[in-house]
Order: sequence, then structure tokens, then C-alpha cells
Amino acid sequence: MSVFLALTRRELGAYFNSLTGYVVIAAVLLLSGFSLVDLIERIRQMPYDAPVTELFYQTTYFWLIILLSAPVITMRSFAAEKASGTYEALMTTPVGDWQVVLAKFAGALGFYLLTWLPFVGVLFALRQITGEAALFEPVIVAVTFLGIALIGSLFMALGCFASSLTRSDIVAAMVSFLFGIGLWMLGYRPDVSGMVPAWAVPLLEHMSMTRHMEDFSRGLVVGRHVVFYVSATALFLFLTHRVVQSRRWK
Amino acid sequence: MAQSTPMIEVENLTKRYPGRTAVDGISFQIGRGEVVGFLGPNGAGKSTTLRILSSFLPATSGTARVAGYDVFKEPDEVRRRIGYMPENNPLHLDMRVREYLKFRARLKGLGWRRSRERVDSVLQQCGLTDVSGRIIGQLSKGYRQRVGLADALVHEPDLIILDEPTIGLDPHQIRSVRALVKELGRNHTVVLSTHILNEVELTCSRVLILHRGRILAADRTEDLTQRMSLNGQVVAEVEAPAAQLLEAFRDLPEVERVEVEPLDGNFLRLSLVPRNGVDLRPLVFAEVRDHGWPLRELTRSRHSLEDIFIHMTRGKVRED
Repeated sequence: MSVFLALTRRELGAYFNSLTGYVVIAAVLLLSGFSLVDLIERIRQMPYDAPVTELFYQTTYFWLIILLSAPVITMRSFAAEKASGTYEALMTTPVGDWQVVLAKFAGALGFYLLTWLPFVGVLFALRQITGEAALFEPVIVAVTFLGIALIGSLFMALGCFASSLTRSDIVAAMVSFLFGIGLWMLGYRPDVSGMVPAWAVPLLEHMSMTRHMEDFSRGLVVGRHVVFYVSATALFLFLTHRVVQSRRWK
Repeated sequence: MAQSTPMIEVENLTKRYPGRTAVDGISFQIGRGEVVGFLGPNGAGKSTTLRILSSFLPATSGTARVAGYDVFKEPDEVRRRIGYMPENNPLHLDMRVREYLKFRARLKGLGWRRSRERVDSVLQQCGLTDVSGRIIGQLSKGYRQRVGLADALVHEPDLIILDEPTIGLDPHQIRSVRALVKELGRNHTVVLSTHILNEVELTCSRVLILHRGRILAADRTEDLTQRMSLNGQVVAEVEAPAAQLLEAFRDLPEVERVEVEPLDGNFLRLSLVPRNGVDLRPLVFAEVRDHGWPLRELTRSRHSLEDIFIHMTRGKVRED
């Protein structure tokens, strides 16, 4: 356990030792700022009696933050260590493969959640501006964050997997971006796109992140959604572990 | 594990990559307390062998044991007992020296208190105390190398494996790293790889010469150099009449062949090849003194590992 903690601490610390971490934080801040402006505009144009969080996930910025930040956060996890050779130094210590995979995942997810903290500030600012305290139910905000965390864990696991496949962090970022946006597009309103065969629509709807977020942002914890994210995260972590292990295949 | 088991036992170790055999059925043993050098040109299979020994890579066939543990079946036991510095000494350049060593100590299973004690101790041992708070990326290469060595030492391993520990350093830094390695050899088993022949002569008690994945020679460093020096010829520069000089050495039983060439002025170069590897220098000196000839140089060519190496690989290269 202490080895896992030491590794996770190192992973998290690495974001703050390099420019990457600050650039990601700055980018998320900027996008959150845009989303705030967007939200105010919307609320002004048409009074809305649903929670603001529900509006927020509908802005482009929300998905932009997730789809863009995830590859950048995870791209270095394995690829950079392989390129610099520290991976060899790491894997010749008595740490387990699972410890390494989980620590890298935990470090990435921890950093991802940190980048979302400004979002709390956005909500707070909105409350001050609109003066409608009723819009900000603590339960709704908490469940929205749960949704953000669950989506994040899927994307972080996916990113770690992409990073484990290559020595180049650029390739890792591109692969995880393409997989990520592909996964997101699959479930983006499959019923209206008209390109999907009828039998596949329910399946894709089950995977629809926008649908999931709709429920989370209303404060609904739907078991199906949670199971989807937890199992998808587990799948990608398992695949990452296989890649890490493959080094020792004859 | 009993003290009597060899530190490293390797049998028929082979590593094949698609289209290339990096290590080709090598076998060797390394005892506890030895300092052994793996010598060979780039691509000889040194790094691959060391990577297998540190259980980073699996072998295609054959077995390797470290302190009696199989590197493939019991990798954790092996890793606990080795301090491995990979090729090019990779470090987390964004970390500070002390922070990095502490992190590495924790990874190697040392507790919080123990890792602090050990880090302090290796900082001192490797001369890093003054830079312990600096960021590794801002240190000179020589200091970085010491950080790599300190990392290899921090968990008090039985076996230290160093892959090209002096590569890319300036002569001063090379000297200090070699001194450190030599000191380590007093209390640890050390295996290092290098393509610098001189390095093995200076730091290692035994040498394994690798070429194209095979072991060409394995011997004590001294024996190897001596064996190759046996037919070392002696060269003297003497001021004497050529005929008399030739006369004086031609019929000696110790001398196999004599050659005389003119040099500048009245000096001649006398080259003697000994029979049965005798050192001819005292004989030459006595002869020259008896005749009262001026002597300005007297040397016996001693083969360096470099000659040995070139001698041994030349045939092989031609074969291919």
C-alpha cells in the first residue's frame, strides 16, 4: 500500500513539476470561464427552472474540457517514462504491475478532479450573479460531480491504455483523443443521426454520455450508468495491465 | 539462501528478437564479491543480458539465477536483491535529488524511517550531500551519474548492475565514477558493462568479452592481459654499429628473431621477438652496457585489452 501511495504521489507531483499540469489547469479555467459567460447568456435569454448544472453539461465547453484534457493529462503516464528510460528503472524495482497501472490511473484521475475545482467557482459566481439560490441544490451539484468523476475515470483509463501502447506522448494523446471522441460520438443522439441501424440504437443509447450526464445533472444516480463507467474503466485498466505485462511474454 | 550459492548463474541464455539474436546461448557464473566487466562493442548483447538479469526482459530460452532465485519465476525476489542502473542512467529530471532517492527507496520496499536513513547515507557515500536539494535536471552529468549510483545502492542490494556507468562523461567525471565503483566492489558484487576496454582493466577483477551475443573470453583481467603479452616484443634504440648489434643478439637462445633498422643520427632501432615469452629487457640492458653503447629507449610492448579485443574479434568479423 505504501508503495502504491508513493507512486501515486509521484504521479500527481509530476503534473506540478512540469508545465503540462499548469497548462491543462489554465485551459480548463479558460473553458470554464467561457462556459460561465455562455450560461449567463442562456439564463438571460430564457428563464429556466431546471438546475444550472443541467444547462452546463449541454454547453460545448463541458465536453470540450473532458475530451481535450483527458488525452493531455494521461499521455505522459507510460509513454514519457518509456521514452526517457525511467520505465526500466521503475519496472526493475519490486513493484507489482497492478500497482504501477493503478497508481498511474489514480494520479491522472486525481489531477483531472483537481482541474474541475474551478467549476465550483463557476457555480458560485453564477449564484452570486443570478441570486437564485434554489438553482444550486447541494445534492444535484454532488451528483453532477459524481458524473464528472465517472466519465473522467473512463477517459483516464482509456488514456493510460493509449499511453501504455507507445513511447511517444503525442501518439498517445492522439490515440486517446480519437478513441475518446469516437466513444462519445457513438452515443451522441444515435436516434436522430439516422445512420445507425435500428437494432443498435438502444445499445448506443445505453452508452450515450450526454444521456448519462443529463441524468447526473438532474441529481439522479442511475445504477446502469454507474455500472457502465465502472466496468468500462475496469476494462481499460485491465487492458493496460495486459500491455504492461506483455513485456514479460516470451 | 546460502552464502555459497553464486551471485549469478547463467545457463544457455538466449534472447531472440524478430530477425536478430541478441544473446546466443551464453553460460557463466559470477561469485559473491566479484567485480565483473561485460566488455563488447555496441550491439554485442551486453545490455540485453543485464536486462534479463534484472528481470526486466524475459529470455527466449535458458535460465538465469540471481542469488539462487530464477529471474523469470521469482522476479520480485531478484529485484529486491539487485540495484540496477539502466543504460543512459534514466532519472526523473523534474525531481530533487533527495526527493527522488526517497521515492526510489520507498519503491524498493524501505519503510519511511529506514528510507530516510539510507538516503542520508548514500547521499554522503556518493558525494551528493551538497546538491541534495537541487533539481536533478539542473545537475551536471557527473552528478546525475552519482544520483543513479546512489539509487542503485539505496536499498543495500547484494548485487549492483551498472549498464555503461561512465558513458558520456568527461575525464574527471569518469575518474570519480570509477573510483566510486571500485569502492562499491569492496562490499558488493558488481557487474558492469562497457565498451571502453581501459575501464575494465581499471575497475574489474574479471572480464567477460561479448561479441555478437556470444562470450569470446572469460578470465581474470590480469591473466587475460598477461596471456596476450607473452609474445611481447622488445624494442630498444641503441647507438652502435649495425653489424655488431645484430651479432650480439642473433645467436642468443632466448631470442627468436632480431631486426635492426636505422634511425636518425647513429641510432638504430633493435626489435627482438623472444622465445617462450621471456622478458628480454634485462638481457638487452646487460648486453648494451657491456659494449658501452648509448641506450635511449627500452620498451616491451604490453598488449592492452584493446589489442586482445581486436585480435579476438578480427577473425570473427572476417567469418561473417
